[in-house]
Order: sequence, then structure tokens, then C-alpha cells
Amino acid sequence: MAEPAVAVMAHHEEEDHGHHGPGGWLKYLWSTDHKVIAMQYMFTGMFMALIGGFMAYVFRMQLAFPGINVPGFGMVSPGEYNALVTNHGTLMIFWVAMPVLLAAFGNYLIPLMVGADDMVFPKINRLSFQIFFLSTIVILASLVVEGGGFAGAWTAYPPLSANETYNLTPLGSTLWVVGVGLEFVAFLLGGINFITTLMNSRAPGMRAFDVPIVVWMIVVASILFMLSVGPLLAGAIMLIFDQTLGTGFFDPATGGDPILWQHLFWFFGHPEVYVVLLPAIGVVAEIITTFARKKLFGYRIVIFTIVATGVLSFFVWAHHQFIAGIDPRMANIFTITTLLISVPIAEMCFVYIATLYGGSIRLTTPMLWALAFIAEFLIGGVTGIFLGAAGADIYFHDTYFVLAHFHYTFFPIAIIGTFAAFTYWFPKMFGKMMDERLGKWHFWLTIIPFNFIFIPLFVLGMGGQHRRIYNYAHFPELAIPWFQNMRIVATVSLLVMLAAQLIFFYNCYKSWRRGRKAPMNPWKANSLEWTTQSPPPHGNWRPDELPVVYRGPYEYSVPDRDDDYWPQNEPDSRGSR
Amino acid sequence: MRPIATTRAATGIATGKLAVWWVLASEVVIFGGLLASYVMFRLGHPEWADAAALTNTKIGAFNTFVLLTSSLTAVLAHQAAERGNGRLAARYLYMTIGGAVTFIGVKTYEWWYEISHGYTITSNGFWSFYYSAAGLHAFHVIAGAAIMAVVARDAARNLELHRVELIGIYWHFVDIVWIFLFPLLYIAK
Amino acid sequence: MERVGHFFDDIGLIRIGSSYAADIDFLIILVLVVVGVWFLAAEFVFMYFIVKFREKPGRRADYIDGTNKRHKRWITYPHLAVLVFDVLIVVVSFKVWHKIKIDLPENPDAVIRVIGQQWAWTFQHPGADAELDTPDDIFTIDELHVENGKLYHFKLEALDVLHSFSVPVWRIKQDAIPGRSITGWFQPTMIGEFDVQCTEICGFGHGVMAGKVMVEDPATHSAWIEANTPALLAE
Ligand code: HEA
Ligand code: HEA
Ligand code: CUA
Ligand SMILES: [Cu+2]
Repeated sequence: MAEPAVAVMAHHEEEDHGHHGPGGWLKYLWSTDHKVIAMQYMFTGMFMALIGGFMAYVFRMQLAFPGINVPGFGMVSPGEYNALVTNHGTLMIFWVAMPVLLAAFGNYLIPLMVGADDMVFPKINRLSFQIFFLSTIVILASLVVEGGGFAGAWTAYPPLSANETYNLTPLGSTLWVVGVGLEFVAFLLGGINFITTLMNSRAPGMRAFDVPIVVWMIVVASILFMLSVGPLLAGAIMLIFDQTLGTGFFDPATGGDPILWQHLFWFFGHPEVYVVLLPAIGVVAEIITTFARKKLFGYRIVIFTIVATGVLSFFVWAHHQFIAGIDPRMANIFTITTLLISVPIAEMCFVYIATLYGGSIRLTTPMLWALAFIAEFLIGGVTGIFLGAAGADIYFHDTYFVLAHFHYTFFPIAIIGTFAAFTYWFPKMFGKMMDERLGKWHFWLTIIPFNFIFIPLFVLGMGGQHRRIYNYAHFPELAIPWFQNMRIVATVSLLVMLAAQLIFFYNCYKSWRRGRKAPMNPWKANSLEWTTQSPPPHGNWRPDELPVVYRGPYEYSVPDRDDDYWPQNEPDSRGSR
Repeated sequence: MRPIATTRAATGIATGKLAVWWVLASEVVIFGGLLASYVMFRLGHPEWADAAALTNTKIGAFNTFVLLTSSLTAVLAHQAAERGNGRLAARYLYMTIGGAVTFIGVKTYEWWYEISHGYTITSNGFWSFYYSAAGLHAFHVIAGAAIMAVVARDAARNLELHRVELIGIYWHFVDIVWIFLFPLLYIAK
Repeated sequence: MERVGHFFDDIGLIRIGSSYAADIDFLIILVLVVVGVWFLAAEFVFMYFIVKFREKPGRRADYIDGTNKRHKRWITYPHLAVLVFDVLIVVVSFKVWHKIKIDLPENPDAVIRVIGQQWAWTFQHPGADAELDTPDDIFTIDELHVENGKLYHFKLEALDVLHSFSVPVWRIKQDAIPGRSITGWFQPTMIGEFDVQCTEICGFGHGVMAGKVMVEDPATHSAWIEANTPALLAE
């Protein structure tokens, strides 16, 4: 019934459009079905992943073979190198990790998993994607405008980002800020939908602790995002004014303060890493319980740990600024809070490992991805501890050690987690089973090269190699052949990994065209999305068949039952609820 | 056609109201970030007081009064809507919009005056914050008034009366933001 | 114990060139050992479970929901242990951090100024009188000359955007901020020629913003000062 006031405008505008009836491709853009919007987010994200991956290919080629003519790109100038790195980071985080994990799977799964026929505000949902689509166009345009794309790192520290005489990319940097800002607005709108849908539209009988972990995670992530992005949005406005009107918010020459931006950015930036982490570990929770046929070891523990992580994440931001010129005594406080975060996250990892205990584990492709997530994320997590200890960060800051740390977190999240989710829900989304053999080839040919890319980068980081340098020839200590060989190993591994993605796309195509038809519940899982057809029809269930919930989502291998699973909507013979 | 999801209320709170509160939560952190930055700067730059002294407190006070009054009419509109009197609710909403128009009108004069005396957004840090914060707020006033016009149009026909309350909540928020801006930008000299 | 901090030097990864480099390395090794043990234990248990509990015909998974105390122990004890190890790391980290960034040693032998700008380093040496900002100061571009074993204070400044002054063999790193002067210290302990890197992105030429430090023995250093003292003051 109710729609928030801000939506009323959009609502009326769109009613008019209904009459004109935009056709074909455009009609797709105007759909309000949560599943269609999810696909739009997912395919946009996939496309951007390929661009981000291509950028990684170009600059890694330059690093391994400085000065060569990179096939498919050409020579890389120092300015282009910086722009490639900047936009690789920006795209991968804001146009791949966020849209795929949060927006695509959030949109797809939340209504299905809470037993609703759609999001509560379908039109806001559509508006969210449209704004996101616009932001995509803006960021892509920023790459090709006069002067080239923004090249001041994804953290956009002023004064470099604020003043075109310093960054030499007048248009690129403004479009970059505008694009990122629009993207934030899109996710704010989407987040409101996620939160209210979970709060209000759960199926009858579904209590807070009957909600699948992945839904919890996506919603908590949306809340984290919402509460942390505001200051940065304000900062973005200031930055745009600095760039275009010539104000001096961040310019020390006119009484401004460049460090202010760093606080605004990282106050958002650190919670942001958990914003993308949470959906991924939610996905992993669903998959390992399904394929280990086990109840989650401590559902409530997981909820408490994410809330603890979420709260703590607002008090650690300055660990990115230990040596940025903040009061050094502040570093003490932030060292403590940063290390404290290891406690809930360690607990969460232990819960997942414990869930496997006593299971009956089936190593399907999605399960392999989910297990790989845990194995690899642990590396990313523990290397964060080196950086959190301020004394060690003096040395590690802005070296490849940091870089390897966060690729060992981001890659498991944005790539491994995404493939886990994609292969697990593929039967539901497209109604076909995927090819397991191809899936496993793709898995191993992605995971093994991944480690061969980033383990050498850890070593380089410990050797003092720092980030965002297009050619190490100017630094004799970094240009030694031994280091250069490491760079070549990393780059060659990347080439292997990129080639392996062809298997993935071939598998998608083949399964989609000729795959075995997927039954309703191919994995014998409990949550509600498996109780409707694959793919679900418009409205998800027949309106009179919307599910009613009787129990939590992880009742696997319950003693004294014939089946080793117990769908959430199956009435209890004893009629407990 | 609205999805069934929209009609559910597992928390017992209407979905629209929930959503508005979440919108406001995100707005609070946006303004919070901006104002916190301003306060930090202000403490570090005592000399900005000279610039702040040039703002016209009387005009600011008048605008505060206008906004508070418009919040009152928004409350009256809500009461009328509760009683099912859409016509009356619409009338109160139009009065609220009138308040918004007055506010923006006064603001335009004020800014025109200041700019024509050479105090522009680039003059110094104080003026940068002054125009940015007040401008962001004015943007919210304009957007709120536009949405309110749509709500009022419907309410006059006794449609979607629950929205009168929602836009009212939003309007109070816009009002409260100004209650913070006014002392920070005008009074603290 | 002493040698622990020299591990990375010993294996040839990165040399130790300042009085506090070994402290940082010690901290890194401590963290490496602590989290390494945890990491290996976690991965081992994890892999073991995967192998041990593979699907077998006729065997059904256990029903354990982790709510009873006997089971929950396996989570709560380790996570309390993590807390204990965190405290250990924090304590050592504090010591190192205080030594390098907070407790500025008094009475330096000399004060130098380091100025970053797009895309070069300017170094201001105190010259023969060991006083900064006097007419005999020696200015150099991209080349810092210091005397081995002496205690230096530096004043770090930037002219345009952020830069970051980093000498890996010294384990020193500090951002330079336009409009501010940040004071720090170092004490070189190894003679030689080492890289200065700018580690904060600063625009087009960030990748070429390289410098050198020349750590010299006293004789070479004073010869260098003599040879470079601005000519008009030489008398
Ligand atoms: C999703 C991504 C993600 C995640 C999850 C994390 C997780 C963590 N990160 Fe990371 N981080 C980034 C993404 C991420 N980070 C990015 C992108 C940057 C760089 C940005 C840039 O500059 O461009 C960065 C940079 C970064 C820095 C700044 C480095 C610098 O620039 O100088 C620091 C410093 O404290 C840090 C710390 C941590 C910590 C302590 C965690 C913790 O959450 C990890 C906790 C997990 C564990 C600890 C593992 C499980 C626990 C055990 C197995 C038990 C044993 C543990 C102990 C005994 C302690 N990170
Ligand atoms: C989510 C985040 C993410 C991801 C996934 C990656 C992936 C990769 N990154 Fe990236 N990187 C960053 C975030 C990320 N990066 C950030 C934030 C920076 C810092 C930027 C800065 O300094 O400003 C950075 C910087 C950075 C550098 C540093 C450059 C420098 O400082 O000089 C390097 C160098 O090697 C690098 C390499 C790589 C490589 C080889 C990959 C490879 O893993 C890429 C391989 C990609 C694929 C294999 C794509 C596969 C995906 C699909 C096929 C789509 C599937 C989709 C669906 C199923 C829906 N990255
Ligand atoms: Cu100077 Cu980077
Ligand atoms: Cu962080």
C-alpha cells in the first residue's frame, strides 16, 4: 500500500510512460520485476568485470614487460597507467562487487527467500537500476573524454583530485566523482528496498531467526552502506565544487584541509569492504550447509558476529591513514579497534569450519567455490593483521603487501563468491543445470592461477615494492631481475586465468542452450526459493500459493526423518507453528 | 498493480513509514558529515567569525519562523488526513508549500544580496560551507515541496491519504536540519 | 632474540639500514608467527574436515546445531585465544610505533628538510654549520646526503599535492602534506646508496619520482659538504 514520499514523484512520471509503451530493449529497461532487475545488475556487473579484468591485463603486461606494445591496447604511458589502475579499482569495487553481490543477488534472492512476490517498492527498485545504468555510462564516458580518465587512485585524495592543474584530467576527474556519486544514490535506493522488504514482507510464520543468513547479510550490508556513505556523499559534493567552482574545501592554500577527505573517504571505505564481504559470506553459508547436509553451526553466533563486525567497522577507518599525517597518538586507538575486528571475523570463520564437522560433503562446483572462498579469504584476513599493527604498517603502507592483502579479500569476495552464487543459483535463474565437468575445469584454472598472481605480490611487497608505479626501472632496488621474474610469474598467471574464463562463458552458453532441465529443487535445499518453478514465474508463486514458513532454513539431516532435508514451508506433522 | 509484498507488515509498522525513516537515516548521515566537517573547520579557523558576522541574522530568523510555521501546517494536514478529510489536508499542504516558496524566495534575495556584495562561494572557507550547506538544504526544500504538490493533488481527491503523513515526516526533517544550520551559519559569530 | 629482527635481511629480501628497521622487522615476524600458526591450524582443520567428511553411501550427516555448551566450546575458546594474541600484537606494535613516530629523540646531530613536489624531491641540508635555514644550507634535487650513524631530524613538506617520503631500507615512510611541516627522525646505520620512493600517488610522474640517499662515512660526508657549500659563502 504505502510508498515513501520521495517515490511519489517517480511514480507519477512513470505512469505516463506506461501509455507510450516503450518497446523492445527499452521495455526491458522499464521492467519492475525484481528478477529482471537482478539480471540487469548482474549482466552489467559481468560486463564491467570484463573491462576491469582487461585493465588488469594491460597494466600487468606493462609491469612484467615494461614498455612493450600491449596487444589490444598499445604502449602504456605513465598517465595511462595511473588511469588504468584507478579505474580498475573503481570498476571492480563499485561496478562489479557491489552490483553483483549486493544488488543482483540481493534483488534476486530477498523476495524469493522471504517468500514474497516482489520487492516492496518495485518502482524504486527500477529507478535504482536506471540511476545505476546512468552512472555506468558516466564512468565509462570518463575513460574516453579529452585528457583521459581520472588517474588519482580510487581513493581520490585531494589536492591531486581536486585541481586540474595537478591531475591534468579536468573532465575525467569530474565525471569520475559524478559517476561514483550517482552509483551511491542508486545503492541507497536499492538498500531501502532490501531493508524494508526483509523487515515487513516476510512470509507468514517467518521469524527473524528463520531468515536465511544470506538475506541477513545483504540487509546488514545495506544498512552499513547507508550509514557510512553519507559523509562521503557530502565530501563528493565538496570535491565537485573544488573541481568545478574553485572552492577550497580540500586546498590548504585557501585554508582547506586535504586530510578531511581522507577521513570522509575511509569512514565510508572501511565499512564498504564489509559491505561487499557480508553478501559473499552469506552465499557461502547457504552453499556449505546445503552440500554438507548440515545445520549451520551457530546461526545466532553468525548474526551476532556480523553485527559486531558492522559496529566495529565504524571505528577503524584511520588504519588507512597511520602515516598520512594524522596525530600519531590516534594510531594507537585505531590499532586496537582494528585488531579487535579479527575476533568476530575469526569466530565467523570458525563457525563455517565447524559446520563441516560431521557433514556429508558433496564437492559440486558451487561447493568447491564456497570452500575455496574460506580457504583463500583466511589469507586475506590474516594479512590484514600485519597492516593493522601500526608499527608494521610504517613499512607496509602502500606497498604491494597491502595490494596482495586486499586482493586476497576482494578476489574471494567478488570473483570466487560470485561464481559460487552464480553456479549455485544458475538452475533457479535460468532453469537449466550447469555442466559440472566444465565447471570444475573452470574452478581449478581460476583458483590455481589466482594464487600464483598474488603470492608473488606479497613477496614483492615485503621487499618494499610500492603501488601505482608504471615502471620500476627508476628504482634500482626494485628493478633487480629476481623481482622482475616475480612480476612475470604474476602476469603469466593472469593470462592463464583470463583464458580460463572462456570455459565459464562457454559453459554458461552451452548449459543455457542444451543443459539438462533443472527441477524445482535440484540441490535438495530448504530455503523458499527452491519451492517454486525454475525459473520462477512473474510473482514467484501463484498468489494463492505464497509460502508459509514453519522452521529455519538449515534443518538438514534431522534425526528421525526419511529425507535429509526439511523445506521451510513443509508443514510440521505435529503442527508446531 | 502493487505486489502482495507491499501489503505485508511483519513489523506492524506501515512499509511506507519504515522506508521514510530509513531515507531520513541516510539523510542524517549526509548532513551529519557535512556539518561535522564544518564544525571541525570552524574550530580550526577562528577568523571565519568575521565572515559569519556578515550574514543577516534577522533574515535567517525570519526564515526559521517560516519553516516552523510550515511544519505546523504539515501537522494540521496530517490530522485532517487522519480524519479522512482530504480536501482540508490538501489545503494545509498547499499552505506548507507556500511556506517553502516564501523560504526559497527570501533565500534567493539573501543570496543575491550577498553575491552582489562580493561574497561568493569561493570567497573563503566559511562562504564555501555557507553556500554548500544552505544550498543542499534548499535543494531538499524544493524537492520536498514538489513531492508535496503531488501528494496534495491526490489528497484533494481523497486518494493515498497515508502519504500526507509520510511527506510530513520528511518535512519535519527538513525543518530540523535548518534548526541546526541556522545557529551554525548565522548565529555563531 | 636480537637476530630475529634481522631475518628479512639475512634471507636477502630487504636490508636493514637504520637504527629502528630491525624493530619493525621483529614486529612483522611476530605477527607472521602468531597469525601463521593460527592460519595453518585453521586451514589444516578445514582441509581435514573436507577429506574426512566426504559423502559416503549409507552415512548420514550429524545433526549438530552448535547451541549446546559442549559444542560451542570449540568456537568460544579459540576466539578468546585470538583476543589474547591480539593483545600481544598490540603491545609490541605500540612499542615500535612509539619509538618511531611519537617519541622524538632529542638533540639530533642535524636537521634536514625534505620537500616533495611534482615530481621531484628537494633536500635541504644544514651545511657546515649544522644549522638549518642559514645561508650555507645545501640544496639538492633527488639526492640526500647523510652521515652514517648520526641522528637526524627531518622536516617534511610538500608544495602541491600529497607525496610520501619512503626509504625502504630504513623502513621509513611519512606522507608529505602541502601547508604543513611534519617532523620525524632517522638514524642510518649502513653506508651505501639507497632508493627514495614517493609512495603516495601524485599525478602523471608519480612513477618516476625517485630519489637517492647517500649514506657516507664521516670523511666522505664532510668532503661532500665542503665541495658543495654555496661558493659565495665559502670564505
Ligand atoms: C573486502 C575487503 C577487505 C577485507 C575483508 C579486509 C579486512 C581487513 N583489513 Fe583490509 N583492506 C582492503 C580490503 C579489505 N580488508 C582494501 C581494499 C585495502 C586498501 C585500500 C587502498 O589503500 O587502496 C585494505 C587495507 C587495509 C589496511 C591499510 C593498509 C595501508 O594502506 O597501509 C589495513 C590496516 O589495518 C587493513 C586491515 C584489515 C583487517 C585487520 C581486516 C580484518 O577484517 C581481517 C579479519 C580476519 C582475520 C584476522 C582472519 C580470520 C582469523 C583467524 C584465522 C584467527 C587468527 C587471527 C589472529 C590471531 C589475529 N586493511
Ligand atoms: C573487487 C575488487 C578487485 C578485483 C576482483 C581485482 C582483480 C584483479 N586485480 Fe586489482 N585492484 C583493486 C580491486 C580489485 N582487483 C583495487 C581497489 C586496486 C587499487 C586501485 C588503486 O590503486 O587506485 C587494484 C589494483 C591492482 C593492481 C595494482 C596496480 C598498481 O598499484 O600499480 C594490480 C597489479 O597487479 C591488480 C591486479 C589485479 C588482477 C590481476 C586481478 C584479477 O584477479 C582480475 C581477473 C578478472 C577476472 C578473471 C574477471 C572474471 C569475472 C567474470 C568473468 C565475471 C563473472 C561475473 C558473474 C558470474 C556475474 N589490481
Ligand atoms: Cu610524489 Cu608520488
Ligand atoms: Cu580498512
